[in-house]
This record gives sequence, structure tokens and C-alpha cells, in this order.
Amino acid sequence: MSEHSRGTKLVLPVDEARDHIRGPAEAAVTLVEYGDFQCPHCGQAHLVLNELLARFDQDVRLVFRHFPLTQIHPDAQRAAEASEAAGAQGRFWEMHDALFENQDALDLESIAEYAQEIGLDMIEFARDLAAGVYTERVREDFLSGVRSGVNGTPTFFINGNRHDGPWDLASMTAAIESKIAPAHHQR
Amino acid sequence: MKPKKDNSNGTRTTRRSGNGEHRSRPLQPGVEAPDFELNSTPDQKVDLSHFSGRPIVLVFYPADWSPVCGDQLALYNEILPEFNRHHAQVIGISVDSAWCHNAYAQHRKLHFPLLADFEPKGQVARTYGVYRDGDGVCERALFVIDPDGIIHWSYVSPLGVNPGADGILNALEEITAKEPSHV
Repeated sequence: MSEHSRGTKLVLPVDEARDHIRGPAEAAVTLVEYGDFQCPHCGQAHLVLNELLARFDQDVRLVFRHFPLTQIHPDAQRAAEASEAAGAQGRFWEMHDALFENQDALDLESIAEYAQEIGLDMIEFARDLAAGVYTERVREDFLSGVRSGVNGTPTFFINGNRHDGPWDLASMTAAIESKIAPAHHQR
Repeated sequence: MKPKKDNSNGTRTTRRSGNGEHRSRPLQPGVEAPDFELNSTPDQKVDLSHFSGRPIVLVFYPADWSPVCGDQLALYNEILPEFNRHHAQVIGISVDSAWCHNAYAQHRKLHFPLLADFEPKGQVARTYGVYRDGDGVCERALFVIDPDGIIHWSYVSPLGVNPGADGILNALEEITAKEPSHV
């Protein structure tokens, strides 16, 4: 039917200089999430991922990339740019967590409160957001997702392959365990 | 876009195999895209040939409001700037009525037309070989049509699986590379 292979491989490889990565660099499993801070499913996945990172603290690292669906989630782009602005000050994951834990309040004023709470330089933060310094970066993430076959949020890639099954804790645990080398796993 | 041509290669049939599983035979690359006219709103009709000279992305989907369709169309809505770079027109088609499409498009803020393959039900989907007889809905099928009205790429996704947009963008890039004069 088609000569195109279906896009189930991560097109943009994980890059430690570019990506936001949580977990050990030598982890056997790299989990890439394409997510949207205003997406309720991503909010649920956030809790699952926290569990996974705690359970597999030696074996899994998480990469977060932006995939805001701005037409249905009007605050998603702002939230994504805010996380990047926080990232520029070394606080990406703190902002990422604050956004997912406050998905019902992603207006500018609320986001400024989270920025304050995590100790950002507020002048720099406000300036970056107002100037749209990270608009392009968020779009880059989005397009890399599109080219990799991301078809909604959240979409996960496990070691570069799209994970098409469910992403509840049990399913993700099984998917991750199957990727951890047996010898390594039996430690 | 040229007038509708009878498709004699037999690829348009949709049939149900012995185990009850559908097997659609979508029109294949190289075949001329059959022209059609359908309602986009209760009082407005859209003719496929209206878009001739531009690539067209035909998105057949089972139903307005169903969760996967929502994600799929929301995704295309979000990617419109990329489709626009190729001067491509995105068109959604399902068997829902124009009134239903109207409400759905407004609710989801969709910026491309949804056509109602409503009467006779599913006729255009049948012509393209992507109607599910027993279910009474279209397949989740994609056709990328080149500016000359020839199908460049087609794909039928399992009903519950959002096919994403990478295949569409690859096809549009191939068309742009082949026919730079059109864009």
C-alpha cells in the first residue's frame, strides 16, 4: 500500500546538550515523552512516570519534549515556553513538575507564581516569555514529534521506538523490564 | 482535477473476510482521484476539482466526536502551517451530516473543511475503496493527491489507531520535489 515506512522511530536522537533529561546518563532505557502541559492524559502520565523513575532509578532516564496542541489547549504553548525559560535558568524539571501539578491554572499570573516558588530570576523569566525566546524551540520539538509519528499526547518512545500500547504503570513497567538486559536486571 | 473516471482496476471494493475482519482496497498511487461534490456546510457544497493545481490531503475518518478522530483532526489542525508550506489543502470526510460537522468543527476550532458523505451514504468513500459496509462508516484512510489530480500516496490505518502525519508530510515533500513548478 505504501512505500513509506510508518514513522515509529524517533527521528531526532536524544541529545544531552539539547534535551531535558531526568535520570542516570548510563540508564539502559531511555524513555522519550512528547507531551502537552495542558493535556489531562499527560497529567496522568506524569504520575506514572514519577513512579517509574522511582522504581527504576538506575535503569531509566526520561526525556521530555513539547507537543502542545494549541488549538484545543490554549495555555499549552505558554506553559511549554515557560518550562524552557525555566530550563534556561537550570530549573526545567521544577517548572515541568509545577505545571503538571497545576494543570487547571496555567494562566500567566499562575505560571509567574510557580516561577517565583522555584526561585527563578523573575526579570529574566518575564523577558524571555514576553519576547517569545523559546517559541521556535517548542515548535522544533513539535515538528520532530510529527516526523517521528507522534499522533497524540502523550506519545512515548522507548529506546527510540514508539510505544504503541497502553501507558499505565503495569504496562510501562513490563515494557521497560523487557528492555533491561536480563543479567543486569537480576542484580 | 479531471472528471470522475470509472475505476476499472477493481481496487475499489471493500469486503469482509471470513473472520469478520474488514479488508479495504483503497485506490492506489498512480490512479486518478475521482472527483466528487459534497456538502461542507448545510448550504454549501465543495467540489474536489475546486482545489486542482494544489496537493490535496483527503482524510477519511469514521465519525465526528469519537476520541481518536478528535486527536487525529486536532493534530492536522495543529500542523496546518506545515501543510500550507506545500500549498496543500486538507479535507476531512466522514458520513456525518453537515450539521454535525458544523458543530464539531466549531467545537474543535478546526480550520479546514469537513465534508459530509451523507447522501447517498458513504458513496465517495466507496468510490475510494474505503467504506466499511457492515459498520456503515469510512475507514481511517489517507490519500495525498498531487496537483494533477493523481493519487500519490494512500494509507488505511486500523480503525482505532491515529495514523499521525509523518506519511502525509513525506508524500507532500515528494510531490514538491517532483513538481516544483506547482508550489
